[in-house]
Amino acid sequence: MNSNYAIQCQQLTRQFGDRVAVDHLDLSVPKQSIYGFLGPNGSGKSTTMRMLCGLLLPSSGQAEVLGLKIPKQAEQLKCRIGYMTQKFSLYEDLTVHENLKFMAQAYALPGGMRKNRVEEVLQQFQLQTQRKQMPATMSGGEKQRLALAAATLHQPQLLFLDEPTSGVDPQSRRDFWESLFELADSGVTILLSTHYMDEAERCHQLAILDHGHKAIEGVPSDLIADLNAWVIKIENRSIATLKQHLSQLAEVVSLSQMGNYLRILIPKHVTAPLDYLQTHLGDLQQQSIRATVIDPSLEDVFVMATHTQPSQLKMTGEQSI
Amino acid sequence: MMSFSRLFAVFRKEVWQLKRDRLTIAMILGIPIIQILLFGYAINTDIRSIPTLVLNQSHTQLSRDLLSDLEASQVIQIKGYATHIQEIETKLRQGKISIGIVIPPDFERRLQDNERSAAQLLVDGSDPIILGAAKLLTAMPYHHHSHPPKQRGKLFDVRHYYNPEKRSSMNTIPGLIGVILTMTMVIFTSISLVRERERGNLELLINTPITTNELMLGKMLPYVLIGFFQVSLILLLGHLIFEIPVRGQLSDVYIAALVFVAANLTLGLLFSTLANSQLQALQMAIFIMLPSILLSGFMFPFDGMPQLAQWIAEILPLTHFERLIRGIMLRGANLHELLAELLILIGFTLLTLTLAIKRFRKRLD
Repeated sequence: MNSNYAIQCQQLTRQFGDRVAVDHLDLSVPKQSIYGFLGPNGSGKSTTMRMLCGLLLPSSGQAEVLGLKIPKQAEQLKCRIGYMTQKFSLYEDLTVHENLKFMAQAYALPGGMRKNRVEEVLQQFQLQTQRKQMPATMSGGEKQRLALAAATLHQPQLLFLDEPTSGVDPQSRRDFWESLFELADSGVTILLSTHYMDEAERCHQLAILDHGHKAIEGVPSDLIADLNAWVIKIENRSIATLKQHLSQLAEVVSLSQMGNYLRILIPKHVTAPLDYLQTHLGDLQQQSIRATVIDPSLEDVFVMATHTQPSQLKMTGEQSI
Repeated sequence: MMSFSRLFAVFRKEVWQLKRDRLTIAMILGIPIIQILLFGYAINTDIRSIPTLVLNQSHTQLSRDLLSDLEASQVIQIKGYATHIQEIETKLRQGKISIGIVIPPDFERRLQDNERSAAQLLVDGSDPIILGAAKLLTAMPYHHHSHPPKQRGKLFDVRHYYNPEKRSSMNTIPGLIGVILTMTMVIFTSISLVRERERGNLELLINTPITTNELMLGKMLPYVLIGFFQVSLILLLGHLIFEIPVRGQLSDVYIAALVFVAANLTLGLLFSTLANSQLQALQMAIFIMLPSILLSGFMFPFDGMPQLAQWIAEILPLTHFERLIRGIMLRGANLHELLAELLILIGFTLLTLTLAIKRFRKRLD
């Protein structure tokens, strides 16, 4: 396999009983980049990460992580990866310092190096003043910094971060992302999952997951530029009636209210979307309705990718890569 | 490859957590102290101060001597003297007394007569323990009878024979070491792995290079030390309060305890891999605790139990430990003589540890 990739998997599948959590997923994560999984709950983000860490056995398919076959060589992989679980999983009844000392020893860091590394990450993640504190009494942002500190203590080449910023305030999230970019610059590959659009947009590469499928994949700015739909902003005095009427139109893929206006998506195969709307407004034609085509956002990409038919999605995906 | 660093990481983490776990510390100290006082004093199968009514129709010096000797044994406590046999029967029925002693007018003549008993005991037989005590008492007139009257003083020195108090706690307290270790050790480890899972720490733990062997041993070791502490505490309390001797080698006591502690800890680990919640783990621990206490020979003599109960008891580690510890402490046996019991315990430990390790997966599915 190509050594430019930290993770490569083909047709990776995992079933829980009748439910297919991850469905024939192909994935190539380039080294030293931040790769994002964007998707709703239950789209298979965590399951994929757990399979790649060796925590879950795939039902079928192959995966190679840092050149090691998974799940066969999972134990060899453990020392080279860091994993930050979705739920805080360090010990609530150990102090910050004890938690880090435990992790340093659990990864069997050489004696002399152990103390230095613990001090280094305490400083790196601004935890020096909290060294005697128990995580149970810390804020979401502080806990998250501690979890990242613990995950990077043994200087892994690859980091798995499962929804690392859920329940964390915006400022802490910004700081957190600064740390992630620093890590990526130092040569670490990061695979993270999120359901925040702004975070997804910061990734070097992004895959939108939906029901265990990869709906679309690419560089976020490319995905936005290549969106296969018109984004139209419609203003009207009676938004509720307008909403009701538009939601019944065949070509309106999605419709969402943003304060005083509606934002709708119409596929690109409708060549003149404004005309289409005019002709289909029916009774509402009499009223003064202002419709304009505006720039798409990543959320529009997400909505298009998760609302349209898989066959159409595949085409869109291939175009954007 | 076993890494000492990783093993120590788990060990030290357990100790840190234990240090802050006040309930567990209370259990480590409280259970031995409470149990030893409970079984040493309160729950006592010794027969003392049975309320007794006497009908003495003989009024001789010999009959009075007999009664005072009986009372001096502390087995009975004479509540009063009846004038009529019906009085004794009524009080027995009412439950006011448990034993009635009837000394007939021809008591001294009967004593000389081999065919007839000298006196009569009326016993509330509904309580087998009292019945047993009464049977012991009946030995006295016979005993007296079989010897010439001039040796009477020596014959009635019943205190030596009929003060079973010492014997009971002697048997109980060494046995209690095993019961206390069963109660605490199985619970400690059966909860420990499940707790990691319940609190979400397991996902982190299995993603570290810590191997299953290191995890299991690291979790056991702190409790081995605690087990030693408990054994020492019980031995000390037993010595100070009840003057329980250690007739065999003290080192043998500790070796037997080490193996027994290990057997219980590995059993707990196995439960921990089977249970889905701490509650379930506790239920399993209780499931093993009750038969252990009842069938191991700690409470009731092993030989008196039905065959099936004996078979079940042979599976329980406590049964073998009871034989070991009573042998070493009370009969002064050495480990060599009790090797079979020790080997069974070692086998049990290895089997449960292997099963626990086999069952534990470093995966979430």
